[in-house]
Parts: sequence; structure tokens; C-alpha cells
Amino acid sequence: MASTSADPVVVVLQLTGANDYLNTVIPYTNPLYRDNRPNVGVPEDKVLPIDDTLAFHPNMGPVKRLWDEGKVAIIHGIGYANSPRSHFRSMDIWHTCEPDRVGTEGWAGRVIRDLDPKGENVLKGVNFGQGLPRAMVVRGVPVTSVSDLEAYGVLTGVPAISGEQEKARVLERFARMYAPAIGTGSVMDYLGHTGQDVLKGVDILKTAPQQYASTVQYADTPVAKNLRNVAQVYLANLGTQLFYTAHGSFDTHFNQVPMHNKLWIDVSTALENFFDDLRAHDAGDNLIMVLFTEFGRRVHDNGTGTDHGAGGVAFVIGNRVKGGMYSEYPSLRPADLQQGDLAPNYDFRGFYSTVVQKWLGLDPVPIVGGHFEQLDFIS
Amino acid sequence: MPDHDIALMAHLMRRAGFGASRAELEARVAQGYDATVEELLHPERQPALDEDTLYRYFPNLEGPLAPVQAQTNWVYRMINTPRPLEEKMALFWHQLFATGNSKIDNPPELLQQIAMFRRHGLGSFRTLLVELAKSPAMIFWLDNNGNHRGAINENWGRELLELFSMGVGNYSEDDIKEASRAFTGWTIGPKLPRLPLGRFYWSFLYKPEDHDDGEKTFLGHRGRLNGEDIIDIVVQQPATARFLARHLYNFFVADEPQVPSWNITPPGNPEAIQTLEQAYNESNYDMRAVLRVLFRSDFFTQARFARVKSPAELVIGTVRLAGSFAAPRLGFQDLAWECNYQGQELLNPPSVESWHTGQEWIDGGALVRRVNFAAKFLGDASLPGIRAIIDALRARGTLSPAEFVDGCLDLLGPLEVSEQTRRELLAQAEEDGDLRWDTEQEARAAAQRVGVMLALIGASREYQFA
Repeated sequence: MASTSADPVVVVLQLTGANDYLNTVIPYTNPLYRDNRPNVGVPEDKVLPIDDTLAFHPNMGPVKRLWDEGKVAIIHGIGYANSPRSHFRSMDIWHTCEPDRVGTEGWAGRVIRDLDPKGENVLKGVNFGQGLPRAMVVRGVPVTSVSDLEAYGVLTGVPAISGEQEKARVLERFARMYAPAIGTGSVMDYLGHTGQDVLKGVDILKTAPQQYASTVQYADTPVAKNLRNVAQVYLANLGTQLFYTAHGSFDTHFNQVPMHNKLWIDVSTALENFFDDLRAHDAGDNLIMVLFTEFGRRVHDNGTGTDHGAGGVAFVIGNRVKGGMYSEYPSLRPADLQQGDLAPNYDFRGFYSTVVQKWLGLDPVPIVGGHFEQLDFIS
Repeated sequence: MPDHDIALMAHLMRRAGFGASRAELEARVAQGYDATVEELLHPERQPALDEDTLYRYFPNLEGPLAPVQAQTNWVYRMINTPRPLEEKMALFWHQLFATGNSKIDNPPELLQQIAMFRRHGLGSFRTLLVELAKSPAMIFWLDNNGNHRGAINENWGRELLELFSMGVGNYSEDDIKEASRAFTGWTIGPKLPRLPLGRFYWSFLYKPEDHDDGEKTFLGHRGRLNGEDIIDIVVQQPATARFLARHLYNFFVADEPQVPSWNITPPGNPEAIQTLEQAYNESNYDMRAVLRVLFRSDFFTQARFARVKSPAELVIGTVRLAGSFAAPRLGFQDLAWECNYQGQELLNPPSVESWHTGQEWIDGGALVRRVNFAAKFLGDASLPGIRAIIDALRARGTLSPAEFVDGCLDLLGPLEVSEQTRRELLAQAEEDGDLRWDTEQEARAAAQRVGVMLALIGASREYQFA
């Protein structure tokens, strides 16, 4: 996996469950915000102002600091037309770039394919989490999915196998069982190659935590743990160019205030840990992180929370990001809402296209399925 | 050498169900192969799954279910059903008539569809297609509720012909339009909104005022055709017999290439397909009759380990072998998640074209999960099924390394493995010599060695096949 540490890297952090746009980037001086959010509105004296009209959620202090350093791009009003407001359908749409039909190929899988057409590096794209997201699935493109980096391996957790020596012995057997052999048929061959690739990936990934040393104490939360794993693999220079991970659930129908508070403490702290870690290693100039969610939430709250909406917000964070606001905050005026929701005004495929073309240097059209307006948030 | 009848019975139970323990296999061998086939084909002669026990222990698996709960409900049934073929057919029809929760967003309604597959899956294909056309989940999935007199929506009409009966190339675009016209009016009653009271079942509603009652021409037949007439015509088509036969072959006999290539790639065994077509036609489209012919054919009994297990088969087959989920306990939901992580989200196929099967179940991520899952269960000597295997080996006395390996392969299957795999298993056994049980200490060490051996077999390439 020959690659220089200058190859561009994207980290995708998916906020699963539909993060509430209005309480994340808050139009805190807009009377319509107060009117619509009698129960879950964030008090004006608590918000973290960005300017005269917009502010961050109170628990996004670390994000605000990165914003002040000019490293955060806020993409307003992101989404697509005629949202079905269904988590599963909408997340599928974000994963496959197919709003009108059920797609089966993921945009990130296509990116990985175009970055490594011969599939030479099984670690070109790595997901941290259980089960591969559809975003990363393209038939024939090898991708690695790890639920826990320190524990990643083959034949882990078998009760009868005790001790490192026994484990090593059994793994050796496994490797030999999967060695290529003549005359066993094409499916057995395929299984053999796949097994060998997995072992290769495991061996290489093992070196990442081994080489890693850091002064940063990551928080004890799943999202921080996943970002720490991302940092470990990134800093080990294994050629990975696309990382994917998710946090949730942001589906705050009920009891939004404490839930959303905790979600953003956890995410913001993890972001702080991660970017501090990169800075401490004098790394990160070739890395950007994109945060997205499947849609925003209803303008008017439902008593203790909010229901599914449409237009949402996305973020891009990194040293080479041109910090600032992009696209437009959708209007809160009743006449401008769609079924009570913020109308999206920027197609998410333009967002992907910008990352794919301006950051990764690939042709975005076959990846997102068309030409979409790009924004200028990459320097 | 493993007993011939036991190996064959194990093959039948893996294909017609989700596998069976050695004890069950021996009982069925005593009963006889043909008698077992008959028993499988007549699930109504067995008691139904005990739902009282299921819902007493898991009240959260009844009612307005979240997706993973509906999956868990079905996983429980697949493991514990006294009617294996009924349940396996429900999975077959689910994989064929793929309807996904990503759009339905109503897991209980999808379980209703699966229940319908249980009721009608072994009966007349004509009846099944009519039930399918009335399935509220299917109507909504393929937009037939948007198919109106004077403004047709072709989605259901097209997929009925392309994916559910005849296959591409056997009808024209006009046939699709006429079929769609015939199904206008086949819609669903108003859906109760999810908030604030939760999810409710949907209902089929026939709206005569929205039905296009005009003259239609479909596959050469003329008349004021309604949906059932379309189905009557469809089930008679040779293309339907062939397409269905090929699906049955792919699911029960041996992996075929992927469905989209079927109009250009011939079947692996054309005579087998013809045999099944003939059974379909002669029995008036009766699935029970077709399966009887299938299970009793040489092309079936000889097709050992010719299919890559789907995630559902791997997960459920493994836990049935290990005997760890035979009664209500914590952990069923983890099994549902495991199917998801391995790439088969029950009740949520990626599209109406369903999952790609065979080799395409496997990629690097799925292989790690499959290997680790099987090894974790088969390598756990505390589980009843593994305990039973250890005890069976112990009853055979001191075993040489070869006897040890062959004994494990026999009791886990019987499984067939390649020379290469067997060589490695033998090398593993030879490292510690004979398997002895004479003292307490030896017995403990032997049990652990068996666990490791079973884990290695579970991790093998051959274990990926059924």
C-alpha cells in the first residue's frame, strides 16, 4: 500500500437519527425561533454566538473554538427534494445518492473504487462500527469494517482458545486452510483470496495501535473511541483515505433537551480530542472530516421534542477547510416551510461532489450520479 | 466413514430447514427419508410454534415493533419452529418477493406478510400470487396504491412479471401496461399515522370505482381482465414454470449465477429445471408437489454443500448446532443484529431485486463476522450441543488424531472437507497426540481440544457451504 502521507483523507462522521438543525446552528435572535420552540428552544443567554443571527448549541464549545480558528464550514439547508422523512429511506438516499429509486451502491464505496481501482489496499476504506454502512458497499470493492480496533482479528473471542500461544497456533492453521489450492472450484478460490486479504488487513491494522502514542486522553464514549481508532489508523499511514463512523441516536422526538445536550457534549468532546491529537502529532493537513445527518427536524416542537423534518445542516472540519457559512439558512416563515419543515435549498450531492472533486481529486459525476452545484469550502 | 443415511438426512435438514442435531438426525433416519420428506411437506401435522411462551418471555416482541424487534421475532421462530420447511419456505418467498422496511416503515406489517408466506407458501402458486397482490405491504412497496384508472403506475405490474413470475424477455411493455390496468383498484385502506399511538396493521381495499374495467389484451388473452385473471394467465406460462423452477433450484439445490443474468445464462442443470417445471405443471402449480419431486431427486440428494449459506442460515444453523437458543433467554436480538452485520437484514432487503446470493454473500467484512461467529459458538464447550458432541466423542474412547478429526467432522455434519483442510485439522490434532479421557485432567484437556477443533472447522471455508 504505497502512498505518501500527503494523500487526501476524508473522515465521514454520520449523525444517525436526524440531528436537529435548529438547535445545532440556532437562529437565536429570530422571533420565529422562539415562537416555534416554546419547550425545546435554547435560551438566548446560553447559546454560543457565531454572529448577530446565528449561534452554536451551548455544548458545542470545542466546535466553536475550531470555528474561531477558521476550520469549520457550515453547510446550510442541505437535503434533497420531497423527503419521505423516513430514517431508513433517507439514510439510504444519503448513502446511495438515489432519491428516486432504491439504490444499492454506496457513494463512499465508489470513491474507494476510484481511489484504488485494482483493490490493492484492503485498508483504503475503513469503517469503524458494527456492520458495513451501505454508503461503503460496492460489489467487488474490498472494504474493511472494524468494530473495535484493539480486538479486531480472526478467531477472536473463542472460549476454547486460551492464551496467546494457542491463538497464534490456531491462526496459523487458519491461514494454511485458506491458502490457494488447485482444483477446488472458483467459489473456494474466492473464499481463499478473501480470507487471505482479511488476514493481511488484520496484520497491518494490528500495527496501528502498537505504533500509536498520544498525550491526548480521549473521553470514554463510543464516538470518542471510534475517532481514536480513526486517529490510530490515520497516524499509522496505512494508506487509508476514507474513514467512516457513526454516532447516534439523534432521533429526539421526546425529551430532546437533555438528549441533545448529551449528544453534543459527546460529539464535541470527541472532535476536540481527535483534532487535538492530530495537532499534537503535527498531522492533519491532509485530512478533513464531514458531519452529516439524514434530515433536520420539525420547526415547531411537539411538547418535549421535535419530529422529523427536511432541510438540515452539515459540517466540514479541517486545517484546509475555508471556514465560514455556505448556502443559506432556510426561512422560518410559515409560508416558506414545507409541511412545517425547513425547505432544503442545497442538494447533498453537491456537498459530496465538492469533497470528491476538490479534496480527493476524483470525477464526482459517476460517484454521485450527476452534476450538482459545488461550494468553495476547500482551500 | 460417516453413515450414509445420516449424511443425507443432515443434507435434507440443512436445505429444508435450518439444520438438526445429531439426536434429531438419528431419529429421522429411523423414520426414513421419504417419510421425513412427507412430514416436512405437511407442517400442519406438527404443532405450531408456542407463541404463548414466546410472548410471555418477550412481551416486547409483540405489538408495535421496531425493526430489530420484528427481526428478533422471526429469528426466534426460525430457530424454534416445529415446522422447519414451512419456515424455510417463508424465507424463500421473502427472498423472492423482496419487500423492504426501508420504505414500508412498519415492521409488524412485514411480519404479517411473512405469516402469509407461512400459510400459503406450500400451496398453490396461483393462490400465493393473489395473496401477494393483496398484501398491503406489497401494494405500498410497489406503489400499486398509486395505480389508478386512467393514470396507471406500472411498478407492481412490471415486477410481478419481471421478478415474481416470468422473468425478463417473456412479455412486452404493452403486457406490463395491461397488467397494470388490470390491477387498478387494488389498494390499501387509509394508514393510521404513526404518531401518537404507534404502528398499526394496514388493510387491503378493493376500490371498484378506481378499477379500469375496460377491454385488455395480456399475453394474447383478451377480456375485461382483473388482477386475478392476470395471475391465472401468468401461472400457466411456461416461462413462469421455468423461472420458478430456477429459483427453487437456486435456493434448495445449488447456487446459480445471479438472477439478472438468467435471460442470457442457461441453468447449471437444465434437466433438473425441466423436472421441476413438469412437476409444477402436472400438479396444477402446487408447491408441495414440486418440492416433493425436488427433495426426492438425485440432483438434490447429490448436491451436497453446493450452496453458500445465507447469513440467516449460517447464524441460525450454527446456534441450532450449538443448542444454545432452544428456550427463551437473553440474546435473541443479538442474533438478529448478527444477521444484519453479516449482510442480510431480515425484512429489509436492499431492493425489490433482493439480496445477491451464493458467493456474493461473502466479502472481507462478512467473512470475518461469519468465521468469528461460528468459531465462538462451536468453540464453547459450555453449550449443550457442543457438550453433546464432546460426550459422544468420549463415548468412543481414546481416539487417534485421525479418529478425532473425523469424529468432529462427523458429529458437526457430517461435513465434507477438502484434502487441504483435513490436512490442517489433522496437523492440529497431531500436535497433542491421542485424545484421552482416562483421568479428570485428561478429560478436561480433551474437552478443550475438541472445542478448538470444532472452532477451526467452523472457521473453515467448507463451513460456509450448506
